[in-house]
Amino acid sequence: MSKKLGMRSEEYKVKSNAFKGLAKWFETHEPKGKWAWLGSTYEAFHTFAFTPNRVTKRGCHVRDAVDLKRAMITVVIALAPAMLFGMWNIGYQTSLHTTDWPYELGTAANFFYCFWFGFLRMLPMLAVSYVVGLGIEFAFAQIRHHQVNEGFLVTGFLIPMIVPVTTPLWQLALATAFAVIIGKEVFGGTGMNFLNPALVARAFLFFAYPTRMSGDGVWIAADLWGTDAITGATPLGELAAGLQPSASALDMLIGTTPGSTCETSVIAVALGAIILLITGIASWRIMFSVILGGGLMGLLFNAIGANAYMQLPFYYHYLMGGFMFGAVFMATDPVTAAQTNVGKWIYGLLIGILAVMLRVINPAYPEGMMLAILLMNCFAPLIDHCVISRNIAKRKKRAIISSKTTAQ
Amino acid sequence: MSNLKKLVIEPLRKTNPVTVLVLGICSCLAVTAQLKPALVMGASVTVVTALSNLIISLLRKGIPNRIRIIVQLVVVATLVILIDQFLKAFAYDVSKQLSVYVGLIITNCIIMGRLEAFALSHGPWESFLDGLGNGLGYSLILVIVAFFRELFGSGTLLGYQVIPQSFYEAGYQNNGLMILPPMALIVMGIIIWISNKDAGHGTAGRETTTQK
Repeated sequence: MSKKLGMRSEEYKVKSNAFKGLAKWFETHEPKGKWAWLGSTYEAFHTFAFTPNRVTKRGCHVRDAVDLKRAMITVVIALAPAMLFGMWNIGYQTSLHTTDWPYELGTAANFFYCFWFGFLRMLPMLAVSYVVGLGIEFAFAQIRHHQVNEGFLVTGFLIPMIVPVTTPLWQLALATAFAVIIGKEVFGGTGMNFLNPALVARAFLFFAYPTRMSGDGVWIAADLWGTDAITGATPLGELAAGLQPSASALDMLIGTTPGSTCETSVIAVALGAIILLITGIASWRIMFSVILGGGLMGLLFNAIGANAYMQLPFYYHYLMGGFMFGAVFMATDPVTAAQTNVGKWIYGLLIGILAVMLRVINPAYPEGMMLAILLMNCFAPLIDHCVISRNIAKRKKRAIISSKTTAQ
Repeated sequence: MSNLKKLVIEPLRKTNPVTVLVLGICSCLAVTAQLKPALVMGASVTVVTALSNLIISLLRKGIPNRIRIIVQLVVVATLVILIDQFLKAFAYDVSKQLSVYVGLIITNCIIMGRLEAFALSHGPWESFLDGLGNGLGYSLILVIVAFFRELFGSGTLLGYQVIPQSFYEAGYQNNGLMILPPMALIVMGIIIWISNKDAGHGTAGRETTTQK
């Protein structure tokens, strides 16, 4: 292991002087002897700091500057607008509902204080998610003598974004550990998991601590610290309770409604979607077909119109809850989504249809997106299998026909 | 270790019917939400496996090969009904909690498996010990799963509060997922993972192929 890593250090091209010191440090501090077992940790930090210059020399490979680390960091950049907006919205929601808010609403100072408040609420959640998740990832990599994978970079960022702001940190830590170990590592780590790990963490919280994940009393933080909450229902919660959403469509589009920390703003999510589509990291087929599926199901319910929820304009489903966030960042996860192009269409359509169906028909689950994506994650390999075997059968038929015609 | 002793000891870990042979999983998921039903279920299955093994072993030379499954079923069903009546008479609460699962011991794969694989070809005393060992191996896993599920799911053990009230006041919550059957499957999976690691299955083969 250490021998292999030793060859590596000359292969790094260091152009900037500023980083030469760091490069030197990496060269001189390579783990050897009794520290050799730390090889993959060293490797992880080394390749995080410097792009490895080593390429595969044999066999047939696609060579591309975008390796897994760059792809992951692009997703994190795409998530940034939603994260920043979510931070502001955490503060904004509290400012609307608390009596001892230190700033006048609507002032510039208040804008920054809202953001600062949300930042301080998100920071511990992000820290817990990364420390627990990366700790487990590094430990598994060491035990298995694998290189540390980058997969958790995005997962660790996503987990705090899709839970209520008042989630206790120990529950978040437990959910992260569960997601990384049971959702990912037992199947062989990044790239082998069949469920989206961030959604596994959310599903764990959802079923293990339902009082902390749904209802009216978890979405708005009461103060800067602690897990106390101010009562305030999400638009989906209001609909599940048989009411009409109190927020206007414009509010929901901008995202100034209570909800999971960073999922409320459709505009911020759309910015992320643009980044993902331009860079080609996420599949447009999946994104588009999820939206299409949700819209079709919404229109179908409009046509039935048996109750107030069914009569709700179909585009409201896009604006409420985590539909867009799920469509853009969760359903498109390249590991757990369908791989074939036709499969992606089927997979996406069914996610959209199921998500809206769960929302409207089952009042026990106000938000159906998480369960819809997890369910379709399970079926993605089957969809691919059907698409591929159909294709093979079709080609076989063609081959037989053409061989017959040539024989004649 | 003498051969007879081995018959009882080995099914506890090395040839455990649940973790190694992966038999009897359904009842492991169904009755392990609490420790008490799990203990009773384990004891019932142990009694049925041991006695049915003994009886079939005594009858083995007289049973025509073609109808042996029916004969085995008659023996097992009789024993299960006896156990069911016994529980109803002396442990009514637990018997209600276990409901149909006592009756479903008849369909427990471990029992038929031991009858087919062991009792039909071994003497009565050996068969009795083998049944006892396998029943205990099954009970062991049942109790481990139920221990974790009751402790983290309800904060109790055998119905007594174990996690102190001060924990709850500090913000601790019972894990609702532990009460649901999926978590039983996951806990079982983790036990199998640990026991495989312990026995040297799993990664051992892989390493020899990669380190050429």
